[in-house]
Amino acid sequence: MTTRWTRKDLLGLRELSADEINLILDTADAFKQVGTREIKKVPALRGKTLVNFFVEPSTRTRTSFELAAFRLSADVINISTTSSSLTKGETLKDTARNLEALHADILVLRHSSAGAPQFLANRLRASVINAGDGAHEHPTQALLDLYTIREKREKIAGLHVAIIGDILFSRVARSNIFGLLKLGARVTLVGPSTLVPREFEKLGVDVSYKIDDVLPSADVVNLLRIQHERQRREYFPGIGEYVRLFGLTKERAKLLKPDCLIMHPGPINRGVEIDSDVADGLQSVILDQVTNGLAVRMAVLYLCGGIAT
Amino acid sequence: MNQKKQNSSGVVPIMDGEAIHRVLRRIAHEIIERNPQLEKVVIAGIPSRGVEIARRIAAFIHEIEKIVIETGVIDVAMHRDDVGTRPELPVVRASKLPLSLEGRTVIIVDDVLYTGRTVRAALDAINSFGRPARIQLAVLVDRGHRELPIRPDYVGKNLPTAAAEKIRVQLKETDGVPDAVHLEKQ
Repeated sequence: MTTRWTRKDLLGLRELSADEINLILDTADAFKQVGTREIKKVPALRGKTLVNFFVEPSTRTRTSFELAAFRLSADVINISTTSSSLTKGETLKDTARNLEALHADILVLRHSSAGAPQFLANRLRASVINAGDGAHEHPTQALLDLYTIREKREKIAGLHVAIIGDILFSRVARSNIFGLLKLGARVTLVGPSTLVPREFEKLGVDVSYKIDDVLPSADVVNLLRIQHERQRREYFPGIGEYVRLFGLTKERAKLLKPDCLIMHPGPINRGVEIDSDVADGLQSVILDQVTNGLAVRMAVLYLCGGIAT
Repeated sequence: MNQKKQNSSGVVPIMDGEAIHRVLRRIAHEIIERNPQLEKVVIAGIPSRGVEIARRIAAFIHEIEKIVIETGVIDVAMHRDDVGTRPELPVVRASKLPLSLEGRTVIIVDDVLYTGRTVRAALDAINSFGRPARIQLAVLVDRGHRELPIRPDYVGKNLPTAAAEKIRVQLKETDGVPDAVHLEKQ
């Protein structure tokens, strides 16, 4: 593999080549091993400062980035929206510039506005890692999904991946679509027509509103979280109806191929997008995703943060 | 066979396949001599060529003593002390060492020993796996110019070099060409 990593930032999967994605996944292989050592630490980013700047709150992703940074021996600062000066009216640009004045080397940003990471990446010397910007992209989530599929099935090209749920508002779905298509998978989106517009076919994916038609040919099923409150109000009549039409119930799970992988970015709504027993069943790789998330984030931090500036 | 004959491009052959074969077999004998409890030994190579050399040494030991000796891989890329100073990031690979290093002897294997910084990174890597009883070092070529107080236990060939010169090691399994060691003069 002669691909070199030359980017200081990771903003999304849309602009990456298949070779670059594979380089990240290969690098994640090496870092996954670190988690099995007695001393789970390597000095690769020793002396570097990473700032977790989560304007949109998150515990899981932030913790994953934090742990990844610690394992690489970096120093970590966590800033969340309530405690930040943004509430006092400081602009995003000024907040970030202040962080840079403290010699922050890597900025992990989650923001409710699409494009916020790009905005900062263009203005800061620091590496900017997109931890989710609006409904745009969540590259590290898609990368860990790709890694998990590759780990279990050895390759991604030629697989049929069904992404089920709220696609319209999902940055996880978008990043996954870009990554899967680049690596040669076939993608079908499934969900209520209010949340899965046909427009998406323009990206090169199939759209279906009948989950039972799609499940038998799926090699991977990636279930997206239903965000109750907003969606129940506006996009479908109720949770019961969603479960009946699109939930991965025990009965529906019988339609799956025996080696089909069941994935979910978390946190799961047991009994909504997925039946409780199915979530804990043999085909579920949901916990592997969490472990792999750590390895993938270590790889991303190493590649973006390790280049000489 | 080992006459230093310089061709027009400044490349001097130092060792051929047979010479490499002989020194690795000699190193295997030395390891057996100095480690009475071979079952406690792990021969761990530094990618890429160190891994192949470790495999060959283990094969020799198996031939001589009829015992299967444990091998491993020590990836040093993530333990280097110069990350962030090089324009190109080194490729990282997964390391592989036994779960418990307690009471064991780890023999680090690499193709060329030069400044000693790669070996320092290997010691750091081993440290994160555990605390072996002893660590030894085996190298195919020692070219001098140490920048750290590191010394090898087993050496294939001592080859004093000038700093501007380069040592090139080629192995069939990693490079796809016949085994050889060359010295490139500038």
